Amino acid sequence: MASQADYKDRQFLAVIGDEDSVTGLLLAGIGHVTSPPTTKNFLVVDAKTETSAIESAFEKFTTERKDIGIVLINQHIADRIRYRIDTYTQAFPTVLEIPSKDHPYDPEKDSVLRRVRRLFGE
Amino acid sequence: MSGAADREAVFPTRQSLGIMKAKLKGAETGHSLLKRKSEALTKTLREITRRIDEAKRKMGRVMQIASLSLAEVTYAVGGNIGYQIQESAKSARFRIRAKQENVSGVLLPAFESYQTEGNNDFAMTGLGKGGQQVQRCRETYARAVEALVELASLQTAFVILDEVIKVVNRRVNAIEHVIIPRTENTIKYINSELDELDREEFYRLKKVAGKKQRDTAEQDAEMKARKEAQAAAADEQNQAPNAAADDAPADLLAAEEDEDVIF
Repeated sequence: MASQADYKDRQFLAVIGDEDSVTGLLLAGIGHVTSPPTTKNFLVVDAKTETSAIESAFEKFTTERKDIGIVLINQHIADRIRYRIDTYTQAFPTVLEIPSKDHPYDPEKDSVLRRVRRLFGE
Repeated sequence: MSGAADREAVFPTRQSLGIMKAKLKGAETGHSLLKRKSEALTKTLREITRRIDEAKRKMGRVMQIASLSLAEVTYAVGGNIGYQIQESAKSARFRIRAKQENVSGVLLPAFESYQTEGNNDFAMTGLGKGGQQVQRCRETYARAVEALVELASLQTAFVILDEVIKVVNRRVNAIEHVIIPRTENTIKYINSELDELDREEFYRLKKVAGKKQRDTAEQDAEMKARKEAQAAAADEQNQAPNAAADDAPADLLAAEEDEDVIF
């Protein structure tokens, strides 16, 4: 269970996504950079990005940082670290899979929707 | 039966029977309350699930529109603005706040988005050309993020509710299948032991009563025999005084001839 103090100071969103998604979301104003040492709350992933880099970013956003309330991740990137997403069951921060421009959204892959389906025996 | 079955380690006394009965009643009350809570939570969960489904569909549409408007920006600005935007992002304008919502005793957090005024990291973006498109794209994405935040709070609520429902159901099952049968077994055991004691006590009393009756009968018989013996003796004595009556007055007279008493 999430304790009360756990989500009081979570006020940022984080995003792991391809360049277009990140650009758009940053335009909306979710980007936050803390200066010493420079840490960003977003990660641009392209074809050359290592899976381990994605994983460590996911780890950092979900467990290390205590000021992030929602982690947005492109679905095709979530697929690359699917096992980490599926085993992630904490309530905070929330991990939300979002569609990207090049990859249409597939509700069958979404970890939460799958839990929903399993819960209702569909 | 109750000896082999699972029961609590108590002494079979009337006091512990009372305690067990109170416990059984409490367990039944708790069971019905928890069951109702679980039903209420499940109802909420279904509602949330439905909304998640809707919100996911909506998210798909909104993100599509947002991507389109970003493509417009790329076209208008004439080049990729990704790097520029990534480098100029400094402080979040779009933030979220968590508040709580109480659903049958479960605190569900809900995110609420708000925009801080004043700081604009992208003042220079699209300064040359495409400023209008950039502005529109920002608005579109802001709406998209709002939808995402809503979806995220639904999802968080779903995760927490799911967990709470599991815990509540576990408790309901534990009470229904472990605590209530065990308490009933204990009550049965105590009752059977008390009955056993009662029977023992009754038997003992019967024994004692029988012994007393026998004793009384014996005493009666003895007394009767003694009375008869006395009666027989009395009859004999009734004839004897007639013979002794003549001697007695002579005895009385003879007493005058006692020695003088000197003071």
